[in-house]
Amino acid sequence: MDFSLSPGAVEFRAEVKAFIADHLTTEVVDQMHATGTFNDKAFNAALADAGLLAGAVPGYGDRDPIELYILFNELEKAGAPYDGLAVTMLVAGVVNAVGTDFHRSRVLGKLLTGRFNCCLGYSEPDHGSDVASITTKAVRDGDEWVITGQKMWTTMAHVSDWVILLTRTNPDVPRHKGLTMFLVPMDTPGIEVQPVPTMATERTNATFYDGVRVGDEWRLGEVDGGWAVMGVALAFERGVMGGTNPTVPLLRHVRDWAGGAASPDGGTMLQDPLLRERLARTAIANQVSQLLTLRAAWIAATGGLPGLEGSMAKLYATGRYQQAVGWFQEMAGAEGLLGFDADGAAADGWIDYDARHAPVTTIYGGTTEINRNNVAERHLGLPRDR
Amino acid sequence: MDLDLTEDQEAIRDVFADFFSSETGPERARDAEPLGFDSRAWDRLMETGAPGMGVGGSRGGGATLADLTVVVEEAGAHIAALPLVDHMVATRLLAKVGVCDDDALVGRTIVGLAIRPAQDGTARTVPTGAVARRVVALDGDALVLVEGDPGAHLENHGCLPLAHRPLAGATVLAEGPDAVAAYRRTLDEWRTLTASTLVGITRRALDLGVGYVKERRQFGRPIGSFQAIQHLLADLPGLLDGARLLTAKAAWAGDRAVAGQAGVADIGDNEITDFAALACMALVSAGEAATTATDRSLHVHGGYGFSEEYDIQLYFRRARALTVVLDDPARECRRLADLLLAGPATSSPPGAGSDRNSVPHGGPEPGGDADHLATGATR
Ligand SMILES: Cc1cc2nc3c(=O)[nH]c(=O)nc-3n(C[C@H](O)[C@H](O)[C@H](O)COP(=O)(O)OP(=O)(O)OC[C@H]3O[C@@H](n4cnc5c(N)ncnc54)[C@H](O)[C@@H]3O)c2cc1C
Repeated sequence: MDFSLSPGAVEFRAEVKAFIADHLTTEVVDQMHATGTFNDKAFNAALADAGLLAGAVPGYGDRDPIELYILFNELEKAGAPYDGLAVTMLVAGVVNAVGTDFHRSRVLGKLLTGRFNCCLGYSEPDHGSDVASITTKAVRDGDEWVITGQKMWTTMAHVSDWVILLTRTNPDVPRHKGLTMFLVPMDTPGIEVQPVPTMATERTNATFYDGVRVGDEWRLGEVDGGWAVMGVALAFERGVMGGTNPTVPLLRHVRDWAGGAASPDGGTMLQDPLLRERLARTAIANQVSQLLTLRAAWIAATGGLPGLEGSMAKLYATGRYQQAVGWFQEMAGAEGLLGFDADGAAADGWIDYDARHAPVTTIYGGTTEINRNNVAERHLGLPRDR
Repeated sequence: MDLDLTEDQEAIRDVFADFFSSETGPERARDAEPLGFDSRAWDRLMETGAPGMGVGGSRGGGATLADLTVVVEEAGAHIAALPLVDHMVATRLLAKVGVCDDDALVGRTIVGLAIRPAQDGTARTVPTGAVARRVVALDGDALVLVEGDPGAHLENHGCLPLAHRPLAGATVLAEGPDAVAAYRRTLDEWRTLTASTLVGITRRALDLGVGYVKERRQFGRPIGSFQAIQHLLADLPGLLDGARLLTAKAAWAGDRAVAGQAGVADIGDNEITDFAALACMALVSAGEAATTATDRSLHVHGGYGFSEEYDIQLYFRRARALTVVLDDPARECRRLADLLLAGPATSSPPGAGSDRNSVPHGGPEPGGDADHLATGATR
């Protein structure tokens, strides 16, 4: 095995790091936490203009696919607003993989400019993990489809240009077999977006579809073939496009804080043996998370779909993230409860931020239980119990 | 970037998977208890050249550390009661200081490594002390070799051939900072290969658990269909693969260090290529994977897991022994913290360590020769 990046990848990484140093200003970071929208159109556009998005679409283009991993890994480590970009590039990948020439010419090129956003319309109020049971209906009417229903947790809908929408087109067949995916322009009449605030700083949305009419050309994949499209989308999502190294910025913030924070026992927190042990354990977990992510990226880069490996990376990384932030918040004591703007906040409020954010990471993008089911059934070959 | 084994390594893996599955395994491990040494398998292993395969130059096998991890993962998976890791790294060290004779090279004389610093002239709980005629140890800042009958076996839960070895009459092989650095490098190789052994143990423990829950029926169905059982096991592949990748990365860094390429240890950017840091990380991570996997696998065996008849207990006991025989993993982590953070716990002034990108331990990475190594060790 060889863990060094190719010279081209090293150069690309240096470009991304330089871009981040130039463009990830305090204003960009503050704005993202103030609005709860982890997406910055100007930042995305600048990335595209700098040529850094050419390899960012999974399965598309002639760039070394490891660039995709490097881009999102660097953005995540730096604490940049990349959630909206990741979803957008993911949709671009799905469009490229299963879309028509119409989709590619109308959408893909625009997405690559960094000036447009997409969101994911899978989950509904009553159907989350069991997403194959969703009930938002699409009914054919001549060359058009009429879509009616509600989606929940449609993150980035309020800044998006398209939503990929999972609908039910046939209620009379087993649940996986009656689904169809659409790529719906968000400015189509009949769509409403309402904010859903969360206990972290991030915002998500509920979206409503009331007789929304789209032409058949906006269908993505086969009629009643929506589950296959979901399979592609989930395989792209899990592992490779960020979300498995959030503990890197946390560790950096805690280390920097600990060197200057007085310990109640005397000396600094950085001298506290238990904190040192935990910083080291976190550093180990960060390496493992990186390697599991890299493996998923490597599989993608060598032509595979790393769905299971992505599940493993997500399971491991999100569990360790929650463990680490729990340790650090306890060890910071009351100051660990203080947010960004509070006087005396431990690690300038980052511990509080991560403590609020961490719980969602084992829920969204497939819960820990669903990922364990996947690994148990598809990797270990254990009998299905449902 | 290449996360696959090389073709040569795949061949090595296949050869040794065959070897260990026919010459070692749970039955042989039982027969070798309590000492934890299977002399017949060692004789057969000598025929393969494995004991000296890590020694470079014209005499040895010239295998890289990465190659050796492939071999010892198979030994771990087949629970071979053999002092292979210790012998491999000790002979590499002897060769480095120019005293690896043919007996040591081929394995007729087993060479052990004292992995803990000597105390009052004795190397305590040497992992292969009860089977090795020669033991390499660090005594103060002297690298010493003691030769003689193996020590009295200290019976232990993991059935490792542990023994204390007095160092009286030992030959001094080298002294001073170079000697200390060479020894430390060897200990990092030991960490890396022990991690790989633990990866093999983890792998097999997972297989045993999965195999058992598919067969065992309760309430009219296989227990592997119960989600509570599935979820205990579903965390393990990530732990296993993560530990294996980290161990492979440590070996890669170790081989690079020999080639003179220094590593970095920057936790702020999660960029770690320093061998000493990675070796420590690999051991802690593989120890955790192995203890967790054997624990869960044993648990899903129900009462049979606790009985001697089933194999999982053999893996369970060795996983624990290999995880603590060097030190408490928490102390390993604190030692790692000293490598990763500015200054050790007791001596760093507030705000010390602006140079976070470099590793604070002494000198350049130990290379093939020990000439220019520097550390601050004192006797
Ligand atoms: C901040 C945020 C952003 C999100 N963004 C998006 C988005 O952009 N687009 C989108 O479509 N969705 C999004 N989601 C939705 C997310 O994917 C779902 O929340 C998730 O899939 C779980 O569904 P649920 O919330 O309905 O919980 P449920 O499915 O009701 O699950 C509740 C609990 O039951 C467990 N459970 C469910 N089924 C099983 C089972 N078979 N075995 C064992 N345990 C089980 C779950 O693991 C969970 O612990 C987002 C969610 C949040 C919170």
